[in-house]
Amino acid sequence: MNVHEYQGKEILRRFGVATPRGVPCFSVADADAAARELGGKVWVVKAQIHAGGRGKGGGVKVAKSLEEVHDYASAILGMTLVTHQTGPEGRVVHRLLVEEGADIRKELYVGMVVDRGTQRVTLIASSEGGMEIEEVAAHAPEKIYKAPIDPSAGLTDSQGDDIARKIGVPEASVPEACRFMQGLYRAFYECDASLAEINPLILTGDGRVLALDAKLNFDDNALFRHPDIVAMRDLDEEDAAEVEASKFDLSYISLSGNIGCLVNGAGLAMATMDVIKLFGAEPANFLDVGGGATTQKVTEAFKLMLKNPKVKGILVNIFGGIMRCDTIAEGVIAAAREVKLGVPLVVRMKGTNEELGRKMLKDSGLPIISADNMADAAQKIVAAVAGK
Amino acid sequence: MSILIDKNTRVMTQGITGKTGAFHTRLCRDYANGKNCFVAGVNPSKAGENFEGIPIFGGVQEAKQRTGATVSVIYVPPPYAAAAIDEAVDAELDLVICITEGIPVRDMIATRYRMRGKKTLLVGPNCPGVITPDEIKIGIMPGHIHKKGRIGVVSRSGTLTYEAVGQLIEQGLGQSTAVGIGGDPVNGLKHVDVMRMFNDDPDTDAVIMVGEIGGEDEENCARWIKSNMKKPVVGFIAGVTAPPGKRMGHAGAIISGGKGTAAEKLAVMEECGIKVTRNPADMGRLLKSVL
Repeated sequence: MNVHEYQGKEILRRFGVATPRGVPCFSVADADAAARELGGKVWVVKAQIHAGGRGKGGGVKVAKSLEEVHDYASAILGMTLVTHQTGPEGRVVHRLLVEEGADIRKELYVGMVVDRGTQRVTLIASSEGGMEIEEVAAHAPEKIYKAPIDPSAGLTDSQGDDIARKIGVPEASVPEACRFMQGLYRAFYECDASLAEINPLILTGDGRVLALDAKLNFDDNALFRHPDIVAMRDLDEEDAAEVEASKFDLSYISLSGNIGCLVNGAGLAMATMDVIKLFGAEPANFLDVGGGATTQKVTEAFKLMLKNPKVKGILVNIFGGIMRCDTIAEGVIAAAREVKLGVPLVVRMKGTNEELGRKMLKDSGLPIISADNMADAAQKIVAAVAGK
Repeated sequence: MSILIDKNTRVMTQGITGKTGAFHTRLCRDYANGKNCFVAGVNPSKAGENFEGIPIFGGVQEAKQRTGATVSVIYVPPPYAAAAIDEAVDAELDLVICITEGIPVRDMIATRYRMRGKKTLLVGPNCPGVITPDEIKIGIMPGHIHKKGRIGVVSRSGTLTYEAVGQLIEQGLGQSTAVGIGGDPVNGLKHVDVMRMFNDDPDTDAVIMVGEIGGEDEENCARWIKSNMKKPVVGFIAGVTAPPGKRMGHAGAIISGGKGTAAEKLAVMEECGIKVTRNPADMGRLLKSVL
């Protein structure tokens, strides 16, 4: 799960991580009031969407008067912000963060991820703040420093000091930078984060260390112990079909192609997408109905796929193991009837009661095309959609 | 022979009384030599009772002492599953197979940290389990699709493992052991660990290695194969079409920071001399072609 920058900063402050003062705003009037409340002479008006590259897209503006705050807030709220992470359709801005301006002397980068190789949380830091870390990794990998964190000791003072010096924090600010990173680790650990990025982390003219931006992602498997974080979920930022799918315990991800696919098991679902591509078409979605695919679940899955106007055909690929193919066939037939299926449907079923399942599909009178294996299924649906 | 488990393995089920644990323990007991293999269950609140004749103990240590079980399979719900692994590790079992999906990563980091220097091996979590066909199955895979033979299978995905097994059967090839190592980012045995075992197993002639996007396990395994493996290996990687930054069902199946793409994995595997296919329907045929 992702949260907005202002929510991430709110969480970080609880763990002693310093940020500029700021106020989340949902209207231009909110923004006017926030700027007055914050005082000072410079403010930053920041679009809040779950995507990076907001500055380049015109979603972050520095205002030098209350009038400018007003004007920028009016311009940004409601705008469709397009960044390299939103896709060409962009994202409508519903929320702003108005912050006090900061006196930036130096921009650095600090992040944390779970490193799968060492099976530890790893601190990643760089002197090259403000750039994407992937870009730094590609062009100046020697400027990236990593420190694996021992789960029993946490981020130690010596690790924190060492990294701070390596990324160019002046000696006077090293202890503060170390405390900053330790606070970030505590937040990461306590809140079950899966990713944290402070980019940039800034050094101010008076030597303070602040998180100018904050990106936090959380481990979905651990949300059960964080109702406060779940409450921060912003459904406007998520794909509507994916939200709908989660209600039925379906694992669904929207893609850009025109062949819907319904599969049991995540690995097989990915392989099914791949085989569609291999035979010249593009999948419209990833959809794993899971192990216990009931008729109701299959029906909901069909409805979900067909809500996507781009879908011109559907491929069902089920490896019936514990789950029997006749049960799956029953679900597919019921679903096809209920949704009055108007696009070609290819079904490939393998496993227990395969013959019976196929016979049921054939006897249903529905125009369902049967396939022997995954490749055959992909070729048949690609041909059917192409009208061959 | 086989790897990890055989007909002489003695198993306890942690979480035997839950819906999933009960259902699958029954199927495992009814498969091949399962009746002799599944000797104990663990549930602290039902110690002294039994599950269809299988005695239930209050803890792993006691179950081990009383029945001689040295392997456990875990169906405990996610919030408590890591603690269940810890208990099995503390009791010094040989092998723990954790089926549970949805364990928080933080819990698994702590559990793996505790396991350093301990003898217990872990398969999973979030995996279908391990099967040595016609001898024993420990996990949720459909037993009847398998057949005893000489091909090893190792995979991060459940149904894709079944798919590989199904294709082997169509080619007339049975399996020595099939291991589902699971789809989580922080887990126990990796591809390379299982590959080492297959390499040392006199009854395995060749291996199908099924991987997916995320992490670098497949690359590491491929490099090991290049300099050590004495048997042919064929591979498939799922997720060529997966968009970056999205979790594809499995918690570990995610391309992050441009790393862990299927294309990258396939390239490394090919460089290391592994025959790979981009067609998931072609795994069995490809394996047969290298024998």
